[in-house]
Amino acid sequence: MISISSVSRRVLLAGAVFGAFTLAAAAQQPASPPASGAAPAAQPLPPGSPLIGRPDSEAAAKLAPVAPPPIPTQADKLPLAKLKVPAGFNIEVYASGMANARSLALSDKGTVFVGSRLVDKVYAITDKDGKRSVKVIASGLYRPNGVAFKDGTLYIAELSKISKIEKIDEFIDNPPKPTVIYDKLPKDEAHGWKFIAIGPDNKLYVPVGQPGNNVLHDDDHGQIRRINLDGSGAEVYALGVRNTVGFDWNPETKQLYFTDNGRDWLSETVPEDELNRVTKAGEDFGAPFCYQGNIIDQELGWGKNCKDYTAPVGLMGPHTAALGMRFYTGSMFPKTYKNVIFVARHGSWNKSQKQGGDVVLVKLNKDGTVKSVEPFLTGFIEDNKYVGRPVDVMQLKDGSLLVSDDWNGAVYRITYGKQKVAAK
Amino acid sequence: MNRTLIAALALSSLIFPAFAETIQERAAPCLACHGERGTSGTENTPSLGGQQAPYALIQLFMFREKLRAFEPMNEMAKSLTDDDLRLFSDFIATLPKPVPPSDAADAARMARGEALARQNRCNTCHNTDYSGKENVPRIANQREDYLAKTLAEYKDNSRHGYDATMADVMQTVARDQIGDLAHYLAHHR
Repeated sequence: MISISSVSRRVLLAGAVFGAFTLAAAAQQPASPPASGAAPAAQPLPPGSPLIGRPDSEAAAKLAPVAPPPIPTQADKLPLAKLKVPAGFNIEVYASGMANARSLALSDKGTVFVGSRLVDKVYAITDKDGKRSVKVIASGLYRPNGVAFKDGTLYIAELSKISKIEKIDEFIDNPPKPTVIYDKLPKDEAHGWKFIAIGPDNKLYVPVGQPGNNVLHDDDHGQIRRINLDGSGAEVYALGVRNTVGFDWNPETKQLYFTDNGRDWLSETVPEDELNRVTKAGEDFGAPFCYQGNIIDQELGWGKNCKDYTAPVGLMGPHTAALGMRFYTGSMFPKTYKNVIFVARHGSWNKSQKQGGDVVLVKLNKDGTVKSVEPFLTGFIEDNKYVGRPVDVMQLKDGSLLVSDDWNGAVYRITYGKQKVAAK
Repeated sequence: MNRTLIAALALSSLIFPAFAETIQERAAPCLACHGERGTSGTENTPSLGGQQAPYALIQLFMFREKLRAFEPMNEMAKSLTDDDLRLFSDFIATLPKPVPPSDAADAARMARGEALARQNRCNTCHNTDYSGKENVPRIANQREDYLAKTLAEYKDNSRHGYDATMADVMQTVARDQIGDLAHYLAHHR
């Protein structure tokens, strides 16, 4: 495993010294504003700024991260009629009223758990004798984006800690507070929220994003770790990971596939978000030095070579925010859907014409690389504005597919065949 | 100023929205601290005039849900319904823009503040005239003390943003630059 810490610390230090110089220089500048004519060019951005690369142009000035409305959309006002699925498929509202509904997990009793990022809650959607209801099972949490379920226990990932609630289905009406199992995690806001999942090795996989758009960092960031389910035995599993918010294991090869979001402000068309595959523990996927397998970063990539990093198996579009992804193993959808990957693309902000904001279907070649990426669920963008934003996908036991939408605080269900409206 | 009394009065008026009480009447307790005409005269208390309605809605929601911690506002917002939140945030957006402070700006600080605002591309999200857009607040002519306090709170993450953006941006702004930035934005014309 390569050690990047000494290098990055040196560079960080250099950045700090440089920053101090420019600061001192700024402080000594004469107070009088420039006499006349064109405004002076802006100083270069401070090292590590999330806006590095952003040109001082009118087109760029129109782009800013998009925040969803805080209040969930009423069920009857959801954009269901605008959403399109391929012929033969149906889409319905599965549950609504869950502010900022994000990652999904499923209990063996069929309870669907829903995390959130901008509020403090984890929700449960229960289905009792065909009667579905939503309840808050944990609140007062800090950016509880990640949820996972195994052997009766719900795992919750907040910004900087992992906790669990045992026998959650037994206590669903009055669950105890989550107990912390692991908190040796950085507290950065940037890319600090987490998707989590439990692998075929029965370990919990926990990503730690890079703490900024395009930054050098210490050994605790830019990786996927795995830990035992009691919080012990933490080890780094993958490196060079900028910000992954979705992963799953190939049901045939048991290899981990994960989405990773490319940096902002490089251009309208690159870098594309990545779909990666881990073939052995300790692989490095290149960020922030190499993006999409073939772009050496114009700022941090000097002296680096993309050949030294594992290239993605597929590209998911520029700035599209490919997030939640799962392999489809159900029997409800046609046979051609067996072992395809559904990927929720949250949609771009750092792009004049919005792209993503959909669920795509990724088919793999025999060798596990990407054969094709096709639209599956579309209609979330209207007049270059979002009417919804997909975050995660998850298969139910009957083979239908759930899709969460944090813009509207809702979860949709996609079925195939003669429409069987899930009982209300 | 007796903040408890005001908060208590405000609370009673919010909890018991009298029949057919207008939004102006319901908002009177808010404006007692935040300023009658969009400009706040109260220390560390933001001017609300011309604020973006989506931003105001997010903040009121965060106060109600205690995602943003400030006890007087948490109390004021706790019994508001979703419709109330929308009503108040739409009303806030109609208040006249805050007036620039009457004291003369310090030319040296203004020059440093402008350079910092340009260097950090504050106009990326806050708009070229710092009037804000959608979920991003107007910061032009906001109170200087409130701006400085807020930037410092974003820097040490004691104020949690709705999302991570300001915590991220403030990582590379030095603590001793905050005063000049706040001075410039407060006096921006």
